[in-house]
Amino acid sequence: MASADVAATSVKTDGARVNKHKADWRGWKFMWPFAVVFVFVFIIPIVYAVYISFFKKQMIGGTRFVGVENYARLLQDGQFWSSVGRVALFTVVQVPIMLFLAAAMALAIDSMKLHGTKFFRISTFLPYAVPAVVSTLIWGFVYGAKYGLVGSLNGFLGTDIDMFDPSVLLASIGNINTWEFTGYNMLIFYSSLSTIPHSLYEAASIDGASEWQIVKSIKLPELRGSLAITVIFSIIGSFQLFNEPSILQSMVPGNAITTYYTPNMYAYNLSFSGNQSNYAAALAIVMAVITMAIAYAVQLRSMKEQMR
Amino acid sequence: MSAAETSARVSAAGLRAQERAAKKAERERQRRIERDEAAERRRAAKAGFANVNNPRRSMLMTVLCAVFAVYCLFPFVYLLINATKTQADFTSTFGLGFGKSFALWDNIVTVFTYQEGIFGRWLINTLLYVVVGAGGATLLAIMGGYALAKFRFPGRKAVFAVIIGSISVPGIALAVPQFLLFAKLGLTNTPWAMIIPSLISPFGLYLMWIFSEQAVPTELLEAARVDGASEWRTFWTISMPLLAPGIVTTALFTIVATWNNYFLPLIMLKDSNWYPLTIGLNQWKDQASTAGGQAIQNLVITGSLITIIPLVIAFLMLQKYWQSGLAAGAVKE
Repeated sequence: MASADVAATSVKTDGARVNKHKADWRGWKFMWPFAVVFVFVFIIPIVYAVYISFFKKQMIGGTRFVGVENYARLLQDGQFWSSVGRVALFTVVQVPIMLFLAAAMALAIDSMKLHGTKFFRISTFLPYAVPAVVSTLIWGFVYGAKYGLVGSLNGFLGTDIDMFDPSVLLASIGNINTWEFTGYNMLIFYSSLSTIPHSLYEAASIDGASEWQIVKSIKLPELRGSLAITVIFSIIGSFQLFNEPSILQSMVPGNAITTYYTPNMYAYNLSFSGNQSNYAAALAIVMAVITMAIAYAVQLRSMKEQMR
Repeated sequence: MSAAETSARVSAAGLRAQERAAKKAERERQRRIERDEAAERRRAAKAGFANVNNPRRSMLMTVLCAVFAVYCLFPFVYLLINATKTQADFTSTFGLGFGKSFALWDNIVTVFTYQEGIFGRWLINTLLYVVVGAGGATLLAIMGGYALAKFRFPGRKAVFAVIIGSISVPGIALAVPQFLLFAKLGLTNTPWAMIIPSLISPFGLYLMWIFSEQAVPTELLEAARVDGASEWRTFWTISMPLLAPGIVTTALFTIVATWNNYFLPLIMLKDSNWYPLTIGLNQWKDQASTAGGQAIQNLVITGSLITIIPLVIAFLMLQKYWQSGLAAGAVKE
């Protein structure tokens, strides 16, 4: 028995030693399908985008190498920068509201002090299952001043609220996004809260900690890790704003949602109706760089730590 | 030899005695803890501090959360109510009240027969994209996540860095060149244009990675290898069953991502015969604002309802799985 144990241990150490010195390629047996498709749909398109951003299509003479001309033009492009400003404003206002609501909801559900915890958990999350097209449609109908709920409200109160007015349009879109994604973020927060062992709370309460102190010293620090992930995903998401404004475009009277309302819409319209794919590629790359810089600046570092 | 045996027996007897004493002490300790806990519960009840395991419910918090739940649920109610209205009732009656007639069944029938039943075609397309695209994405994520968690292969760190980086690349940065590349390969306007990009889910890979790390003990894999099982066999017969809750979670998220995708089919597909539901519904909605187009908002609403029902049911039915799967994903410190 003892000798068998010894043999097993020595085999194990042998194995470990071998692993340390010889490359272990077995993992690629499982990794390669993902890697191959990933290269095809992520890496090659990115490289290709960088490549074509240095060219320009011309009426005469076909496509020509123009160096950084597209980028220089982009720096001067007022429409582009106004769209960047719009999504930046959107991010600064909408993301904190949404994440605050999500965190508050997660803390409330995790506190087990609600009647019907399960109901709240599922009903808050349910909007995530709704496609952007459908949620924008519903809210668009609700906002409608002619026969929507807002219209009925105006008739009832004698007010003149117009959710499609250019001055509040961005807030109306923000409301749609908040409705769609608060539950999703709540669930991420809630998942990390639910991993705290309950014995910790018991110990804290025996030591005389109040519930606020438990929230402040145990729960909030735990939320910080998942906050990094939600902040980054939310920033990336709102810088890519496209679905909601582009679906609302035909429901909003007049020309309130322009073809350059967000950077993504601008790039889409440039390449698919403006036939300027090269310029659109340059725009996309600049947006990617801006988004990545912001994501890094905000919290990517702490997310990396989380993922180790 | 015999002396050693005797001493061993003696020491064995001594050990047993020690063991008994230890067990007795342990029982007493348990009893003491129980007494303390009972006292603590009495004290807590008197002091008004709620026990974490059995807190006193708060009416105020419930009401506050109910307000938010109403906000989350009322669009569903709006959709349900308005799916029962005719086009005339939709434009003339109050949004949260029923119309003059109950037209839900008529609407459903019309949705499936309008324009020679193209809605059914869109539904089948969506199912195809979900089964092949999201199914494939789930499989790739399972295998990739398993590899990242259980093997130390060359290039593992690079894979990690590339995936982190790729998460922050905006969709549009990919979409335009993806479209141009797919156009060159003649893949646009075919189901492949929708399926191939759907196969990659960085979030799914991350989830499966974290999950594999926790759910599959390395000792078990070692044991299977010692018994001569191939890596593939170990993966299918040992790891897959252990990964089940994580797989359900990943599958649900990739299914939602594919089912709800709007941007990708918008750029890749021009032929309405290949549209998924999302693009089709948007086209129907836009019909009202095109010159001479007939407004079919009742069909748009009923179609939307039909679009979301499968996902809502899936989430409700599989609650137990995706919640435990996500919780495991969040455990990683």
